[in-house]
Amino acid sequence: MSAIEVILGGVILGGLYALVAIGFNLQYGMARIVNLAYGEFLMGAAFAAFWMFTLFSINPILGMILTVPVTFGANWLVYRLLMTPLVRRARTRDQLEGETILATFGLLFVLRGAATLAFSANNRFYDYLGEPLHLFGFTFAANRVLAFAVACVFGGAIWLALNYTRFGTALRALAIDPTGAELVGIDVRGLSALAFAGGGALVAAAGTLVSTFLTFNPSIGIEFTMKALVVVIMGGVGNMGGSLLAGFLLGIAEALCSYFVDSGLTLAVAYALFLAVLVIRPRGLFGTP
Amino acid sequence: MAETAENARIRRIRAAVAIGTLAALVIVLAMLPFVLSDYGLSLLVNVMAYLVLTIAWALFSGTTRLVSLATSAFFGVGMYTVAMLINVLPLYATFAVAIAVGAVLALVVGVLTLRISGMFFVIFSFGLSEMIRELMVWWEINQTHTMGRYVYVPFDTTMIYEHLLGLAVLVFFVGWQLRRSRFGLALMVIGEDETVARQVGINVPFSKVTIFIVSAMFMTLTGALMAPRFGFINPNFAFNPLVSFQVVIMAILGGLQRLWGPVLGVIPLLVLSEELQTEFPFWYSVLLGLVFMVIVYFLPRGLTGLIEEGWAALGKPLDLPRGLTGPLLDAWGWLSRPILLPRGLAGAIEDRWVKIMPRLPEKR
Repeated sequence: MSAIEVILGGVILGGLYALVAIGFNLQYGMARIVNLAYGEFLMGAAFAAFWMFTLFSINPILGMILTVPVTFGANWLVYRLLMTPLVRRARTRDQLEGETILATFGLLFVLRGAATLAFSANNRFYDYLGEPLHLFGFTFAANRVLAFAVACVFGGAIWLALNYTRFGTALRALAIDPTGAELVGIDVRGLSALAFAGGGALVAAAGTLVSTFLTFNPSIGIEFTMKALVVVIMGGVGNMGGSLLAGFLLGIAEALCSYFVDSGLTLAVAYALFLAVLVIRPRGLFGTP
Repeated sequence: MAETAENARIRRIRAAVAIGTLAALVIVLAMLPFVLSDYGLSLLVNVMAYLVLTIAWALFSGTTRLVSLATSAFFGVGMYTVAMLINVLPLYATFAVAIAVGAVLALVVGVLTLRISGMFFVIFSFGLSEMIRELMVWWEINQTHTMGRYVYVPFDTTMIYEHLLGLAVLVFFVGWQLRRSRFGLALMVIGEDETVARQVGINVPFSKVTIFIVSAMFMTLTGALMAPRFGFINPNFAFNPLVSFQVVIMAILGGLQRLWGPVLGVIPLLVLSEELQTEFPFWYSVLLGLVFMVIVYFLPRGLTGLIEEGWAALGKPLDLPRGLTGPLLDAWGWLSRPILLPRGLAGAIEDRWVKIMPRLPEKR
């Protein structure tokens, strides 16, 4: 395995991290909710894909037609029912962050516990497109390449929607200044709910993709939440391009670490990278000092 | 100025009575291991350990209002340091090393993250325990080729309990002094509004990092003291994220306005936790999460807040300007209102839901 192959593997992984982080950024940067239960929806989608594949042999990519809208709806309900009271009673943004951290921390344990009850804590795996694929003289697992391609499609769709639609413009306004957005006639609460739900939809897509090439169990969610948090902060809150780049950075760093040191140290890599960025650029990769 | 002298005398007497009562309470608590059964003692050790952890958590998070999720990291570091050094150093020396390691870790984390923004800190604290666990597993497998360590020392449960009791007294004293000191006041200002704090000349990063280190040292020592309680320790056991979670619930349930708030939170939650674990072992995580959410949504000021509100309500005279029939007529009028759903069923549910949510207290 050459160094280039390691880095390309990291890029593929990074595409997935970028997708997870962009979804998280929709929830944190636009809807202003720090959702610690974010990764649990990834886990839920992974299990949905697993059961659909093993019981009815439904293609996981096709299964997204079902799981993505369902998770979108579930997240919309979470915002409407669980987050709205907190949004209303919080007076400052810091207070809202603190309260949503606590509330979603509870939600994390509820969802993870429910998944453990329903599916047991066993590791799951299914074989989908496991065969090697030869591209440009390098060899990759086909499912990883497919995951990368689908992540690119979703990321591209979000980028187009944010930059070339009225709806996206409103969302960007929301990210920059919620009060100003309200003043120019944007329905802040309704839009926040949609942004939150949109983040959920992206993480469901990511969960389906993860399930095709990783072993998973009910407690994988928290790791993805941590990585999404790190990537979003590195790239800048509300900055989708930043999340994209930071996601690739994390993927490459992780691939290098698992090749040269040990594959069990992925979280340590994420935090080391985070610290390095903090020390060199305290306001994030693209922040203005 | 005769009255102030009189007041001072009364204050001295009240202080003496309070200190006397507390001293008597501590002596009774210190005697408990000699009358309790083994089961009662093991429950009491847990209560004491969580009490120290929760008050230590409140020292930092209650004043600066930054939610720290790093409790299990420090608790684990204390426990695992003792486990690693127990065959090399005497027991009390391992405790000292553990405190030093905890303090250095808190210093590094605090200086790197607290300086910049609250959010960076929360993210770091969220993953810290998980990251150290990962590193320790890797270190033990690849470098020392051990998976788990044995801690057999002549330090029985009674000894652990007495040490924890001493630590609890100490952390109470620190918390009490903090509330009366300029430093504590500075921390409260930071918690209320960081910009204001900076403007009035408080050294914000220094204050935050200092109290974080103090809080972390208590947590680390608790972990170190608990190490001999379990004969066999591995990284997955020492760095259990549930500890962070439980400590936050306990502190919130108890309420952060009063120093004794955590006492009210620790005991019911530990008893509930024990019950849930024996009665519904599989539902444990779900039920604990639900309990936590109920507390966050409906008791944002905790039990002490509830008690204070109840006390204030008792002090108020009953307000019935239209006599007893007034409220009855109001109730009838409310019941006979036509059902209006201008925003549909979902809107109505949302409005009701918001209405029953308690609001946070206004800023003092």
